[in-house]
Amino acid sequence: MIKEVVSVGLAVDERLRVRKNVLTPQFMTGKEKRICIVTGTHGDELEGQYVCYEINRIIRENPDFLKGIVEIYPALNPLGVDSISRGIPMFDLDMNRIFPGDENGAVAEHVAARIINDIKDADLCIDIHASNIFLREIPQARINVNTAERLLPFARRLNLDFVWVHAAATVLESTLAHSLNSIGVPTVVVEMGVGMRITEEFCHQLTDGIFCVMKDMGVWTGPVITPKEPIISQDGEVGFVNAEAPGIFVPCVEHWRNVAQGERIGRILNSLDGQILQDVRAPIHGMVFTLREYPVVSCGSLIARVLGGDFQ
Amino acid sequence: MKKECIYTLKNQYRDDLNIYGYRFGKGEKAACVVGAIRGNEVQQLYICSQLVKSLKRLEEKGAIVGQNEILVIPSVNHSSMNISKRFWATDNTDINRMFPGYDAGETTQRIAAGLFKAIEGYSYGIQFPSFYLPGDFVPHVRMMETGFQSPSLANLFGMPYVVIRKPKPIDTTTLNYNWQIWNTNAFSLYTSATDTIDEPSARQAVASVLRFLTRMGILRYTSHSGYLASVLQEEDLTNVRTEHSGIYRRLVGPGEEVHREQILALVMDPLEGEVLGKILAPTDGIIFFAHKAPLVMEGTIVFKIIRRLHE
Repeated sequence: MIKEVVSVGLAVDERLRVRKNVLTPQFMTGKEKRICIVTGTHGDELEGQYVCYEINRIIRENPDFLKGIVEIYPALNPLGVDSISRGIPMFDLDMNRIFPGDENGAVAEHVAARIINDIKDADLCIDIHASNIFLREIPQARINVNTAERLLPFARRLNLDFVWVHAAATVLESTLAHSLNSIGVPTVVVEMGVGMRITEEFCHQLTDGIFCVMKDMGVWTGPVITPKEPIISQDGEVGFVNAEAPGIFVPCVEHWRNVAQGERIGRILNSLDGQILQDVRAPIHGMVFTLREYPVVSCGSLIARVLGGDFQ
Repeated sequence: MKKECIYTLKNQYRDDLNIYGYRFGKGEKAACVVGAIRGNEVQQLYICSQLVKSLKRLEEKGAIVGQNEILVIPSVNHSSMNISKRFWATDNTDINRMFPGYDAGETTQRIAAGLFKAIEGYSYGIQFPSFYLPGDFVPHVRMMETGFQSPSLANLFGMPYVVIRKPKPIDTTTLNYNWQIWNTNAFSLYTSATDTIDEPSARQAVASVLRFLTRMGILRYTSHSGYLASVLQEEDLTNVRTEHSGIYRRLVGPGEEVHREQILALVMDPLEGEVLGKILAPTDGIIFFAHKAPLVMEGTIVFKIIRRLHE
């Protein structure tokens, strides 16, 4: 059943509507577990759209297997998705920096508060992101170190390649995930793929994992895969590579590939005079899990993240 | 006056971004003024350019007291200003959400780090920022409540109001917040405009900085005493929002005294022209903030009122 989470009148004959699809078993006992799948906070991150479609499709085709409540929120920032805008159009702040919102605040803060209010009391939330237009990510969960103990059991079962347990930062206290975790809704952030694109393989991989978790929770009784065991890593094991010259970045490695310390990852080129501006090399021995997708780089642009270790 | 480039970001497809600082006087790091960090902060740029002009003349007359150095940085992000973008030209990030910066990090983290390195250590830091809600303000001094803030010092600008804001997590990466954390008394000065030039409030802003520097013993300058400011907590302002969306006609502006039940604005049907709703003052007071755009969404905060204050 399609429900409206929040709606706000726009200036001329239109409403901003955040909607969700509530999927329930045919016979309810009142003790069903509830899982929320949310995405589209950043309007340029589209991988979650296909995941939402797939979850909807599989449940619709196999309704007898559904024993819990699945709520699918495909677009928390619907105007952003529609207008190819990362943020909420006409609002300065990143939507994922205004949670838990404020019922009496600016319109975007009001929308954020209603979203939190709608998801509260869920047994699990999966918040799907897709990097941005500049970087491609292997399917991974990002977990704040303070919530690792609670969230790792879920994250391990999501059929992801990698779980990054990162340090806490004050500015991240205003994310949707932090706000929901703070009120007792376990929320796992998934990052995968690249902005403005859909990587079907990654979407199927995550969809399979979400059904595994749903089965663990008793929400789903249908057949599921055996999820892959993800690499679990802390901040200190990650090496960052940034551009030290502006130009065109051309990679010479692929995702999920081991690189030796000092091995070439790619080059930054000058298209005006044919010079190589930077030979970009791996800072540590490890696996490339983030790789620059958008070729134009400025000084400082992130090129790659390398997870230290041997993962062949 | 000494002009120097305090930070350069090399570019490939356009000229390098050079951030310039103007130093006046020599000696102790007394005061630093930062202007436009966002690309649409034209009023802030204008104010700082006028301040540079004034300080240059005052320095030539020997008006800078003893061993005091003043640094003015009128523009940080003209890469965006030159192409009419508010945030960073390539990735749309906000430099004022990147402090204290990171010199080995991403582009805007590097710019923030380069700027912060040049401006830390001053006794007083003055920033001309803009607010995340578009609209017009009564000129005021704004401070973060970090535990290090000093409203009594803020009063010395002689602006009509001093506003104390309780920081939210997102505020912890702003320049004002980080200046305070790194032992600079930080003040944000808001005038009546951002992407247009408002001459009276620009003049008021320049005068208030010169007044403050004089009162802190950094400058010799004779000026009007200004206001004895009313100190407000941001959460004490009364928000007035519109129930309707449509074409917005504002009837009162910032600084005006209003009375309970007074009509402040009208919202009209955008297709048929009929008045959908009248926005009434919920209290007596002074208009502190007023929405400016000709269209409104439902629920927009269109006014912030200082309750029960009179002219």
